[in-house]
Amino acid sequence: MPEQLVFAMEVFLNGLMAGVLYALVALGFVLIYKASGIFNYAQGVMALFSALTLVGIMEGQVPFAHLINAIFGTEIHHFGWHVPALLAILFTMAVMVGLAWVVNKLIFRHLVNQEPIILFMATIGLAYFLEGFGDIMWGADIKKLDVGLPQGINTWIDESTFNIFDYGFFIDNLDIVATVVAALLVTALVIFAQYTKQGRAMRAVADDHQAALSVGISLNFIWVMVWSVAGFVALVAGIMWGTKSGVQFSLSLIALKALPVLMLGGFTSIPGAIVGGLIIGVGEKLFEFAIGPLVGGATENWFAYVLALIFLVFRPQGLFGEKIIERV
Amino acid sequence: MMDAMENQETLLEVNNIEVIYNHVILVLKGVSLKVPKGGITALLGGNGAGKTTTLKAISNLLKSERGEVTKGAITYRGERVQDLVPSDLVKKGVIQVMEGRHCFEHLTVEENLLTGAYTRGSSRGEIDADLNMVYEYFPRLKERRKSQAGYTSGGEQQMVAIGRALMSRPETILLDEPSMGLAPQLVEQIFNIVKSLNEEEGYTFLLAEQNTNVALRFAHYGYILESGRVVMDGPAADLRENPDVKEFYLGMSDEGRKSFRDVRSYRRRKRWLS
Repeated sequence: MPEQLVFAMEVFLNGLMAGVLYALVALGFVLIYKASGIFNYAQGVMALFSALTLVGIMEGQVPFAHLINAIFGTEIHHFGWHVPALLAILFTMAVMVGLAWVVNKLIFRHLVNQEPIILFMATIGLAYFLEGFGDIMWGADIKKLDVGLPQGINTWIDESTFNIFDYGFFIDNLDIVATVVAALLVTALVIFAQYTKQGRAMRAVADDHQAALSVGISLNFIWVMVWSVAGFVALVAGIMWGTKSGVQFSLSLIALKALPVLMLGGFTSIPGAIVGGLIIGVGEKLFEFAIGPLVGGATENWFAYVLALIFLVFRPQGLFGEKIIERV
Repeated sequence: MMDAMENQETLLEVNNIEVIYNHVILVLKGVSLKVPKGGITALLGGNGAGKTTTLKAISNLLKSERGEVTKGAITYRGERVQDLVPSDLVKKGVIQVMEGRHCFEHLTVEENLLTGAYTRGSSRGEIDADLNMVYEYFPRLKERRKSQAGYTSGGEQQMVAIGRALMSRPETILLDEPSMGLAPQLVEQIFNIVKSLNEEEGYTFLLAEQNTNVALRFAHYGYILESGRVVMDGPAADLRENPDVKEFYLGMSDEGRKSFRDVRSYRRRKRWLS
């Protein structure tokens, strides 16, 4: 087999894995958009915030330590204990549910029936507030996150591909875990949305707030529920990204990578987020591999957006997005 | 029939309510009405008379539109209900079918119906039985149960909206403008179903309708609203024979067409007859 083709195959596989991570972030967007028509710009920051909180709890950090020390002149930083990963994840989840509740209570409850642009602006405000809040709460330094997920080269794949192609593929164990987790998450979410009472209510709310109210669905309850689920998805994304590249504030920028994924997959489709993520992941890696050297590299920064633009022109609702129903 | 109704208990009572939107726009200026158990009560009047607002004040959907009941009282079975959230009211048995149908477009017809049972803690079996009851009254919906509601016709959507309300096992249904945008035969069909639901299943209806002619044929009692006030009320049969109603709302007159300049508008605050 020609060497180039084997390399391309490895790039393809790595692209798929990167795509899964994009898809995880995109998933959070889809959930909130589906249920409330809100494009939640803060989804990326939620991933960052959840990862910060997780590390903070695991390390036994005192929240708001800087603030407390500045006011009271104390010198506290750590409680001096370590919390096991699983327990810390549960605590973090509780924090994310609390966040969902507060966000709805203070912001979105008061914006029912407002224009989408106003809701969008509110999420931008929320994003930057939450970023600052995370900073005050847990500090701005880069943190290492290790919840015990396997990392490093998968030797089995390395060896078996070496036996076939005379060239071992480098696939990170973490990416494999991320793929499995994402697949489980998507299956669970699709089942939830399609076949459960609350999932049906969620889709009903997405279609028509007023009508949902009229049949006795509580918008507040549904929204807190959806923001909590989105918080959970953000936490999963935060763990994966945080383990891969450390918990740092640039993590919130991965939200921007989710945008072209959404345009491709459709803003309202859960499977669309996954397929969109995979296409973007593979597309940008292969493009960089094939065309990158000719144009001086760095194509990964813009390739996804160009692809999304092309899609917007020909299929505005995305690959799997709900058709815009208009009757006269 | 009417005599029997006089003795029947009042389920819903609206007493002199005032509704203000956005803190400034006064829409209802003292509306009072009574809905007897087991009856079809009609709210009549032109565009902007306050029919929809009255229904939304009762079902408490006003708040999400920045409207507020600032005076008066709304009671259901003698209990004050105006501070409840819509879901509590649905649990008490009062549900509104909104004007313009408001189906969940991307849900199938059957999923739409199932959302109506959201507030119920019933078993799957009970809900299936009610689903069959709805399909009996609306056989058309059974044929289309797997279609997305957004792709069904206007008449079918009205059936979905009514069927969805029935799934909550209500006692009283607030039906807003069921004839809107439908062909005359379909209007007749929908009203006939409303009538049989009322007679066979005992549902109580409060119905807002611009189509005075149809509404007065099917209702037992009617209230006529004009710019936020009740200007006339009475048994439907009496209203049909009332010369003013005939002239202004049914388009009939003894002396041929009159100029609009001569049309008087009622400004009485509460009861006009009685």
